[in-house]
Amino acid sequence: MTTKSISRRQFVKDTTGLVVAFNLFGSHLLAQTIGQSGTADGSPQPTELDSWLMIGSDGIVTVYTSKVDLGTGVLTALSQVMAEELDVAFDRIHMITGDTAQTIDQSQTSGSRTMHKAGPQLRQAAAAGRQELLKLASVQLDTPVERLSVNDGVVRVIGNSSQSVTYWKLLGGKRFHVTITATGTGAALKVAAGVPAKNPKDYKIVGTSVPRIDIPGKVTGEFTYSQDVRIPGMLHGRVVRPLEVISQLTSVDESSIKDIPGIVKVVKEKRFVGVVATTEWGAIQAAKALKVTWSTPAAKLPANREALYDYLKQTKSFNDQVVANRGNLESGFSQGHKTFEATYHWPFQMHGMIGPSCAVADVQGDRATIWAGSQGTHRTRKAVADLLGVPERNVRVVYAEGSGCYGRLCADDVAEDAALMSRSVGKPVRVQWMRDEEHAWEPKGTGQLMTVRAAVDAKGNVTAWDFMDRYFPYTAAPDYPLLASMQTGLKSSGPGFPGNGYEYGTTAAGDLYGFENQRVVCAVIPWIQNELSPLRTCNLRAPGAVSRAFASESFIDEIAFSLRMDPVQFRLQCPRNEKRTGEILLAATKKAGWVERASPALAGSGSKATGRGVAISDRDGAIVAAVAEVEVDKASGKVKVNRITIAHDCGLIANPNGVKNQIEGNVVQGVSRTLLEEVQFDELGVKNVDWNSYRTIRFEDIPEVDIVLIDRPALGFLGAGEASIIPVPAAIANAVFDAIGARVRDIPLTPERVLSAMQNREQNPAA
Amino acid sequence: MNRLPMTYRIETPAPPCKLLKSLGLGLSASANSLGKRRRKVDAMSRISLMVNGKTRVVDADPDTPLLYILRDNLELNGPKFGCGLSQCGACTVIVEGRTVRSCGVPVSAMQNRNITTLEGLGSSAHPNYLQKAFIEEQAVQCGYCISGMIMTATALLDKNSDPSETEIKEALNNNLCRCGTHLRIVRAVKRAAQETVRTGKI
Repeated sequence: MTTKSISRRQFVKDTTGLVVAFNLFGSHLLAQTIGQSGTADGSPQPTELDSWLMIGSDGIVTVYTSKVDLGTGVLTALSQVMAEELDVAFDRIHMITGDTAQTIDQSQTSGSRTMHKAGPQLRQAAAAGRQELLKLASVQLDTPVERLSVNDGVVRVIGNSSQSVTYWKLLGGKRFHVTITATGTGAALKVAAGVPAKNPKDYKIVGTSVPRIDIPGKVTGEFTYSQDVRIPGMLHGRVVRPLEVISQLTSVDESSIKDIPGIVKVVKEKRFVGVVATTEWGAIQAAKALKVTWSTPAAKLPANREALYDYLKQTKSFNDQVVANRGNLESGFSQGHKTFEATYHWPFQMHGMIGPSCAVADVQGDRATIWAGSQGTHRTRKAVADLLGVPERNVRVVYAEGSGCYGRLCADDVAEDAALMSRSVGKPVRVQWMRDEEHAWEPKGTGQLMTVRAAVDAKGNVTAWDFMDRYFPYTAAPDYPLLASMQTGLKSSGPGFPGNGYEYGTTAAGDLYGFENQRVVCAVIPWIQNELSPLRTCNLRAPGAVSRAFASESFIDEIAFSLRMDPVQFRLQCPRNEKRTGEILLAATKKAGWVERASPALAGSGSKATGRGVAISDRDGAIVAAVAEVEVDKASGKVKVNRITIAHDCGLIANPNGVKNQIEGNVVQGVSRTLLEEVQFDELGVKNVDWNSYRTIRFEDIPEVDIVLIDRPALGFLGAGEASIIPVPAAIANAVFDAIGARVRDIPLTPERVLSAMQNREQNPAA
Repeated sequence: MNRLPMTYRIETPAPPCKLLKSLGLGLSASANSLGKRRRKVDAMSRISLMVNGKTRVVDADPDTPLLYILRDNLELNGPKFGCGLSQCGACTVIVEGRTVRSCGVPVSAMQNRNITTLEGLGSSAHPNYLQKAFIEEQAVQCGYCISGMIMTATALLDKNSDPSETEIKEALNNNLCRCGTHLRIVRAVKRAAQETVRTGKI
């Protein structure tokens, strides 16, 4: 075990060294890894087993995947999958991730899809590898495959353990040179589909809490983040980007920075301005001091939140995504004994990476190497190639993990910034964004305006459900231009293009209930941005779902309240498309000690009111129930979440402690987004551009989190990256209602809004 | 292992022209800009720091915040740039027992001071008791904030070896984490505090 641990550390060191050592396609390391499995242009092919797997003569198993670890621990989980399927010790697995020169594009790392989609792809590649190795062993040991067993890469003849051979001996340091089947692309890629894989009931490594491989390096400073990549001769760049809508550049006064040490160049390309210096501090000072003037922006954003929601309400949608449309809504409403309607507001929110965007680019002639924290390095490769006007094969993007990004680095703008500046100075350039720039220019999670109508018959059955979500599509996400591309005029931003599957998802609008007459429409509102706007949009953890669940699951509680029903009993009474939703609801409420009664309780004593609330969600089959327990200060309206209980069913669990870590993170981030977070803006830009004005949760407000994990091996991996944030806001809002008897339909649940709801209690339309 | 040319300046301060060459500024630079640079190089100061128990000498603009000296000149990865505003805590280091936000102090104020970064506590081969507790509790998600958390917790435990949960939260309250690792971080600090034998502690 000691030897293995040492060898793993060695990898980490080698990987770090690798980042520094290879560059611009010049290194022997690269030739070694690409040359043998690649095509003429060097890109690996999914139909070759060697594109996925290499077993060295040293017993190290190298796995290639475009999926990357964003701080979720998914690399550890994928390593478990590979070790399990190959029957080798976990420590033998070494992952090469997100290097466009070495990995197949399995689609970007987002949407809780890595285990769900790439897990089976890699597992099948491993199964194909194991099959091939057993074939070789069968010849070598002159024994049929059925009579062979494998333990940690040692193949033995069953009943005669003295006859054995290792995987690494079988291959003798050579590659497999085996063709496998592969159809489809990206997340839909099916790898070695016909090869039988292990039965999950025989799993020994998958399903155990293997410690994360990245943590020792991260707690000692040995880990190399994208922010820590250093290459020889590297210079430092900073972008000079106004914090408001970017209009036309009118002047740059280079003499304004003549006294700052180490200036190499002011880079100007159309509307892009950057400064390159020999030191990071020099670049920072210069970017701050450089006198740049811009024309008055012609484009204006909505002036405030009211204007924004008004815009969402008034503007004609250019695409109504119909998620559900069954039965007859009109007759459903006519059967109704009672009808309900409510509108919910979800604000623009930030991803709020703690470490601002950072990349290093080395552009030499028509070739470029980029080290970046991109969620999709292949996507970044295309963006940079387009920007530089070179073929994609001339650009290599190598992944280095950044700070937890939650969708933000799907649009990895800084890679383009670094590429532009490196091309301009002919040297490697490292660019990191400053805090105000990150807050202002990160693409935001969109604001949403959601209206729900429903009717209920005399027995309390929902006879009609009509959910309308109005939201902005992505203006910065795959296939849409990054900032520098737009600043240099290569591409324009457009209104955010609908219809390519990258809109804000469609679930969590009450569609987990099988109401007989049901319509769910997600209307995509054009987000016209003639000029570069800080209110650009992209996917933010559980995009659209977390907000729609706030509306739909709040509304379910509003109906339950009017029926004087317990919110759990009411949900159980409603028809549900997936029976696991009922089971998960009961698991959570049992753990939380839920007592059956209608809301509100108006409990608590003295200045504090206390309440409990529940919500459920289904994201691509990953099902979660949340119970929130809150305390409301009656004088100030401040909400404190004391405890959240989560019951979580994400199918087959690869690593229970890893899933718990994800759930805790989802809950804490969910509480933060529910209680605190809202992008403030005016007609020109974002106003809260630091951590004092865009507050996120701090230690003093962290709730306790209780977790029930439900393992369902037969369902395979369903994803745990974002399922459990989805029901959190609704559970909290429902608990606040339970405490004070007033409904807040605006996120965040600020003290002012809670107080105002208490004062207007009688206006609750569900009452 | 390739090193940044800037590192060379730490050990042997080069004359300006040699320094320019080592910085990769060759023939492409115009005479005018070269002249400009020479003047600026002259404005640099030689500053001696005690970092993780070793004397390090750097030539730098004395106004440079300590963070960039630690990261760029000394190639330490522990302290991170998060905000440059002393708001988030990612850059926290310990200077003679007290936490300092290294993004907010000029290196000139650190002359001959004793600075400890995450690297000074231990290594993955020999983690100190706090680092060990963070590993045991798996108290990391992306980990970008973790150096600041561990350094802040180090200063806390040095003053108060048996803090209550409230005291831990108070001490860490101005260190931000986006991933929501707070619960595990608190558990890790508690676990470290419970360790009776604190080997490897600075």
